[in-house]
Parts: sequence; structure tokens; C-alpha cells
Amino acid sequence: MSSSVTRGKRTSRRDFDTITGWIGHGAHVLDLGCGDGSLLRHLGQVRYATGYGIELDDHKVLASLKNGINVLQADLEAGLSGFENDSFDYVILSLTLQAVRHTERIVGEMLRVGREAIVTFPNFGYWRHRLQVMMGRVPVSRELPYQWYDTPNIHVLTIDDFEIFCAGHGMRVRERVVLNEAGDEIRILPNLLGALAVYRFDKWSA
Amino acid sequence: MSQGSVGIVKPKMMQFDEPIELQGRARIDSYQLAYESYGELNAERSNAILVCHALNASHHVAGIYADQTENVGWWDNLIGPGKPVDTERFFVLGVNNLGGCHGSTGPSSIDPRTGKQWGGDFPVVTVEDWVEVQARLASRLGIDQFAAVVGGSLGGMQALQWTIDQPERVRNALVIAAAPKLSAQNIAFNEVARTAITSDPEFHGGNYYEHDVVPRRGLRIARMIGHITYLSDDAMDAKFGRNLREDVLKFNFDIDFQIESYLRYQGDKFADTFDANTYLRITKALDYFDPAASYGGDLTAAMKNSKSDYLVVSFTSDWRFSPERSRELVKAMVENRLNVSYAEIEAPHGHDAFLMNDAIYHNLIRAYLERVST
Repeated sequence: MSSSVTRGKRTSRRDFDTITGWIGHGAHVLDLGCGDGSLLRHLGQVRYATGYGIELDDHKVLASLKNGINVLQADLEAGLSGFENDSFDYVILSLTLQAVRHTERIVGEMLRVGREAIVTFPNFGYWRHRLQVMMGRVPVSRELPYQWYDTPNIHVLTIDDFEIFCAGHGMRVRERVVLNEAGDEIRILPNLLGALAVYRFDKWSA
Repeated sequence: MSQGSVGIVKPKMMQFDEPIELQGRARIDSYQLAYESYGELNAERSNAILVCHALNASHHVAGIYADQTENVGWWDNLIGPGKPVDTERFFVLGVNNLGGCHGSTGPSSIDPRTGKQWGGDFPVVTVEDWVEVQARLASRLGIDQFAAVVGGSLGGMQALQWTIDQPERVRNALVIAAAPKLSAQNIAFNEVARTAITSDPEFHGGNYYEHDVVPRRGLRIARMIGHITYLSDDAMDAKFGRNLREDVLKFNFDIDFQIESYLRYQGDKFADTFDANTYLRITKALDYFDPAASYGGDLTAAMKNSKSDYLVVSFTSDWRFSPERSRELVKAMVENRLNVSYAEIEAPHGHDAFLMNDAIYHNLIRAYLERVST
């Protein structure tokens, strides 16, 4: 497949537990940028969730198929026109938000086809990242494992940035969990101490 | 992993004496079907895969014939021991469709009512009719339910129709390089092919057998136009470009370019082996295929009773049945919350890509079928 965007790698499963905890029994789920399908497989096993993964990369599509999930090969930058309004309970974008070009359009599409959306992203405001910027370098970490020249992450953002984005785009945050590098939940100074943010949100009008 | 051929195979024949009422209201009182099978049907009879053929193919899907070792089955690169459709796990069945010209009852067969060949009187058959006939053959073979029905192009349409008409009898459908219905452009190409045949002076209203002639000119043109549409512009350019057969332009209407030579060769080969009446009927079956038509054009509604899981595959350079058409299928499946996976294979070969030995494509089919229980 020709690729207009290289997806962020799903470098960890630390957000899986939080997401799994939010997904209701038997929920219908769309996982955007599903990688090798391990999240959907997990949700199917633990929550009896149904649904589909969207993936562009040939090898990840094959890996998803081998993982036993429903995978649809498509470029999510082209939108979700193959899906009707409100056809999923949850639309998930795990560790991919920072790598998509048309961020507003994709978030809008997530809230069109899903009742709720779940997004996870590495927090650029994490203190180790800030420290590296202060030292004059672009951050490289477990959450942002790329060099400046090979990173797929074209929209680096902080937790505070995302909350401002939500407020400005009619999105209502229902739950937020911030994790440190070890995967433990951070409750104080999340934008400084949190490495990974996990959000569940819907439309204000909903 | 080992990949082998099913080896020497023998076509078989099954006679049916229960009349079939066709969708076009015509009736055939008795008929026979040519078929081949590879691998062993298990004790539970639960490991059968039906392979449906497209326009110009047959029941000879894999292997070779003892007396024709060059006659390799049309999907031999996919089907065999250790191949993506693994005959060590599955019992694979290929059937020549009703109306065909490779052994099953068709226009060149004897009409028992008249004692003469059917010719132009052989009825128009549809994809629905073929599914009904294939289902009868399955019943005779003791197969209540297929593990999978597989097909490319028109064969993919049959696989889809199986899941609509026989939802209890198919667990998986592999719908490859297909479409939910033909576009006006698709029908237009078919109409050119049919007009080429029916306007050949040797067509005789389809009763050319009794004149001991064949509408060769029409068949050749039909095949030429078909062949052009199965290839992509890029594939043709890569294979032939503007290469000349000889070094100089001849300034006459003989063959200059290699593509002309190729098309003539393909046309001749086809006219030697294929029946014009069958070609007319198969293109009509393509044109008529539209499972959504009786649901007000709503494919999602048409598929509401399906219980099958699906693998849908398209090819980027296929302009005859483009990826957009496969996405229409996927949309209807998703709206019914059916299990479906979809792959869009980057391939330069156009519609014919579904017959090619492409690693990514074949690995997907292998991975999907490994999930299928037997």
C-alpha cells in the first residue's frame, strides 16, 4: 500500500488495561490503526467485544488476520466514509493521534461513527521530554522512540494541549487516565509526570 | 513449508434428473455437471471448500491431466498440498457451471426434448441458478455445509451469492476481485463482446453447430476486448510497450506491434477452445448479477440473513472491478456486523492479478484459511 502517513508504533500495552477497563461487555468497537490486532483480540477475549480494526500496512494487516481479528485495510486519513453514524460503541485511536495529518477531521469522524471515542498519546510535556528540550535536543524516550529525522510523529502534543483542543472542538472528556513510564497511574501534576495519556470522550451534544 | 501440486487429476461427472426452474423462468429437466475434487473429505464432511470459476475457466482448478500434462488447473498456484488452499486440510471442489462448455450441460449439449443440440435455445442462466446447482451437487456429495466458498471475479460473485441464498450452508466466503453488481461501463464491454459474436455471419442465431461452423471472428474480438479490460495500462505497457514484432513499420494492416500479435494469439486460442453460446450466457449472468436489486438497491438489506464470515480482497490496478466496488461489499457486511476482513493488494496486473502468484495476496489467503476450522 502506498502510505500517506506512517503510523506511530504501538510501543507498549500499558494503555490496554485502561482501555479494557472502560469497554463494556459485548461492546462494538472500531480500532483505528490496529497494528497487529492485539488490542482487539484482547478486548474480544476479555470483554467479548466485537468489531473491526483499520490498518494500512500490509504486514500488520496480515498479523491482524493471524491474530484472529476482523481487519480492514484502509488509510484512515481518507476518513471513515465506509461507516454509518453511531455504528460503534467505541472508536479507539491508540498511540496514533500524534502521527495523523488531519487530526481534526479524524477526531470528528471518530465521534461521528462512534458513541464514544478513546484516544491515547505520548505526553510531550513529560518531564524527561522537557529536560531533553532544555538540554537542546528533541526528546527521545520509550514513548517517543524516534529520532527527529525518522519520526512518524508529526503532531507532538501535551496533555494540556489536548484538553484545550477538546474544549474548542465540542468534545466532552468522560474519563482521563495518565500513566508514568512504568504504567502506574499519575494523579498529581499529570502534564509534568505523565508519560502516556488515555482519554475517553464524546460529543457535548450527546 | 512444502508446496506441491495435487498431481494428476480426473474430471468426474454427476447426472441430475430433478428439473431446475431457472431464474429466467425457463426449465431444464435434466443436466449433468463436470467437477473435480482434490484432498479428502473428512468423516464429518466439514472440510469442503468450493471454488467457483469466472468467465472463461472451468472445473479444472488444480493439477494436470494424465494425457494433457500441459493443461494445468487455472488456480493451481493457490491450491494444492501445503499451498494457501491446502488440500492436506481441505477437500476442494471445482464445478463447471451450468451452461458451460467444459463438460457440464450447456448450449452444445443435446436437448433431450428435441434430440438436437440446444444451441440458441439454451436458456440464460444466472449466478443464483449456478448457486442452486452447485448446492445440489454438494448435497449429492454429502456436503451439508462448506467450510468456505472461494472465487475471484464472477467466481467471487458466486461466493457472495452463496452466503445470501444458502446462509446455513457456508461458514466462510472469500470474495476476490469482485463487485456487488456491474457498472454501466462493465456492461458496455460485455455488450461489445456479445455484439461481436452475434453479428458474426457464422453465428446463425446460436445454431452454428448444425452448420458445422464456429463464429470464430466474433469470439476472437470478444476475447480481445475482454483481455484488454483484464489488464492494466501499466501492465500492458510494461509487457509490450510499443515494441514491434519486426524491426520496421510495415505500412499495411498486418501485425506491427507486439500487443497486436498477443491479442490475436489470445483470440485464436480462445476461439479454439471456448463456445460462443456459453460466452454470451456467462456475460449475461455477469450483467444480471445484482443481489441488492430485490431489496430496493440496498445491499445491506440483501445480506441481512448471511451467517458467513468473509475475506474480501481487491487489487489496486483492477479497473474492471476496482477496490471501490469491493469496499461497497465490505460496507454492507460491516453494517450487518458480520465478521469480515478486507485487503487491498498493491498489484500492477489489473483484474488478472487475482490469478497471479503474489506473496502478500497468497499469505493473506493462507492466514485466513488457517483460521477456518474443518
